[in-house]
Amino acid sequence: MSSKFVTYLIKRLLMALLTIFLVIAITFFVMHAIPASPFSSEKAKSDAVIAALEAKYGFDKPVPVQFVNYLWNILHGDFGLSTGWVGNTVMELIAGGFYYSARIGFTAGILALFFGIILGSVAALRRGRLLDKLIQVVTTALVAMPSFVMATILLLIFALQLSWFPSLGNQPGGLVLPIISLMLYPMAYVTRLQRSSMLDVLGQDYIRTARAKGVKNTKLIFKHALKNTLTPVITYAGPMMAYILTGSMVVENIFSVPGLGRLFTNSMLRTDYMMIMGVTIFLATMIILMNFLSDILYKIVDPRIDLS
Amino acid sequence: MTEERKQGKFKNPLSLQIKPDLFEQASEEEKAQQVTMRESVSFMKDAMRRLRKNHIAMISFWVIIIIALIAFIVPEFYPYTYTKQDVSAQNLFPMQYSAKEQAKIDKGQSVFPHIMGTDALGRDYAIRVIYGTRISLVVGIFSALIVVVIGIIYGSISGYFGGKVDMIMMRIVDIIYSLPDVLIVILLSVAIKDWVSGSKSELIARLGAGMVSIFVVFGLLYWVSMARQVRGQILSIKEQEYVLASKAIGASPARIIRKHMVPNCISVIIIIAAMQIPSAIFTESFLSFLGLGVSVPMPSLGSLASDARTGLRSYPYQLIFPALSIFLIVLSFNLLGNGLRDAFDPKLRS
Repeated sequence: MSSKFVTYLIKRLLMALLTIFLVIAITFFVMHAIPASPFSSEKAKSDAVIAALEAKYGFDKPVPVQFVNYLWNILHGDFGLSTGWVGNTVMELIAGGFYYSARIGFTAGILALFFGIILGSVAALRRGRLLDKLIQVVTTALVAMPSFVMATILLLIFALQLSWFPSLGNQPGGLVLPIISLMLYPMAYVTRLQRSSMLDVLGQDYIRTARAKGVKNTKLIFKHALKNTLTPVITYAGPMMAYILTGSMVVENIFSVPGLGRLFTNSMLRTDYMMIMGVTIFLATMIILMNFLSDILYKIVDPRIDLS
Repeated sequence: MTEERKQGKFKNPLSLQIKPDLFEQASEEEKAQQVTMRESVSFMKDAMRRLRKNHIAMISFWVIIIIALIAFIVPEFYPYTYTKQDVSAQNLFPMQYSAKEQAKIDKGQSVFPHIMGTDALGRDYAIRVIYGTRISLVVGIFSALIVVVIGIIYGSISGYFGGKVDMIMMRIVDIIYSLPDVLIVILLSVAIKDWVSGSKSELIARLGAGMVSIFVVFGLLYWVSMARQVRGQILSIKEQEYVLASKAIGASPARIIRKHMVPNCISVIIIIAAMQIPSAIFTESFLSFLGLGVSVPMPSLGSLASDARTGLRSYPYQLIFPALSIFLIVLSFNLLGNGLRDAFDPKLRS
């Protein structure tokens, strides 16, 4: 590790921390700009009760004081108390939902990368043939399909009409359809990235040299070409994370998976501001960290890239 | 031409002595060199020619035009409105008539068919899908406009002035670029929704929280890639001689940016604007699906698809029509965007 790399690492880390801080600030001040109190919508409550509740949740202090307290608590892993699910802390609820979301999201991401790289490489190697054209048509169609359309159509066909899979996420095998509906869009995207990057690499001189030396086709592709095609795919890992996390909001609702996305939409229905803030900050931190990791990995994988 | 001139055998190049052979009549051969073989092709014309040759892009273009015509003209003379409920005609299948309408037909009166059936409240579905399509197109095009305007102004100022100004402006862009955009859109919609429901402005109430927040967020966040690209272009154009000449004459920075720089960035602007439209349509439908989009009874393709979930098993067509419409719109814009990229920037062609 060169000192240049360490400088880059520190700079990039500071940038990520700054962004996380900004997200917390934006979230906090946007939510506090809403005039309504989270308790005012509920029925039959006297002003005294509301005041007592606000005191309990710390809403009676001046906004800047609340912000500093909020930041301090977040640093200790405390996102406050939920007002929609009384008796639970936000952190407990997030941890409970994250278990499901991580299972779906992680599987979908890995599968999308795996199949995307294979399909993209195959398309590039069979350039101009029927298989390539087929892959291109299918991926073009998939990229034009929003996640909720994909999920509802899969639900309609495979759960309601064919009954191959359960329509609810908490039944055995119920996570298969949510995973498929989340992975198809990123898979199509990775396929297209991988195809063009493979075509680019296959046209380079060192591949021709290797071929001229008599390197076998399989070895040529796996040892010489594939490694050098992966850099564009690595840069997509961050945006893919963002897509999967936000996509899971609709997919979890459609398949009734008790994950973070469903928790988030439910907390909007219950006007649970602490939950909305907590989940937003949690998801944003995940996305920012993933972007950070993919940037770092990108530099490690391809040392030729200029660090300045 | 005489031998003397070819070899440059003048006594003094600054001599004012007039050579009589310079006034000789041109030969036929020389005249032929002056004839323009074909019209000079401007950059724009060349790009449009390339675009017209791209069949997929042209088909997508015409599909978009047809969809836009349907979305903006058909509601004007369509016999049903998107709000009119008919209790006797709930959840009709496409081309099906309710008992009341059937009785009318039997009496010899003509009833306009429900081409796509009706929804759970007995509203004609075709007109609702058409309205939803209209919303999607409006969101896509206005968002692209916002991005174009802010991106160009920001990017060209940053690129033109360079130095410290550029550094600070690009740091801001970097930070905005790393914010998770969709989460911020959702957050703002939640906040704006509360504010919209209390607002007395009719326009805002009609647009709904989702629309307002999408426009706000596009204005705040989405112009960054446009600004980056425009800045990059400006940086290279800035070094060109004609800009120096313009400066020497005394043109103001605003004039130089407007007359020389922006026209030279046009290909980048067109490509990015075309790519922005489908992404805005995606975001709007996503928000509407979550219930943060347009306010009822206004339909949007996302909210139609969301409402269709309750009766999905019995009335799948209520999902299929809006889904198909959004798919067709986004697909056409994507393909047209690819065509524009290939036509305007042949170097980028993959």
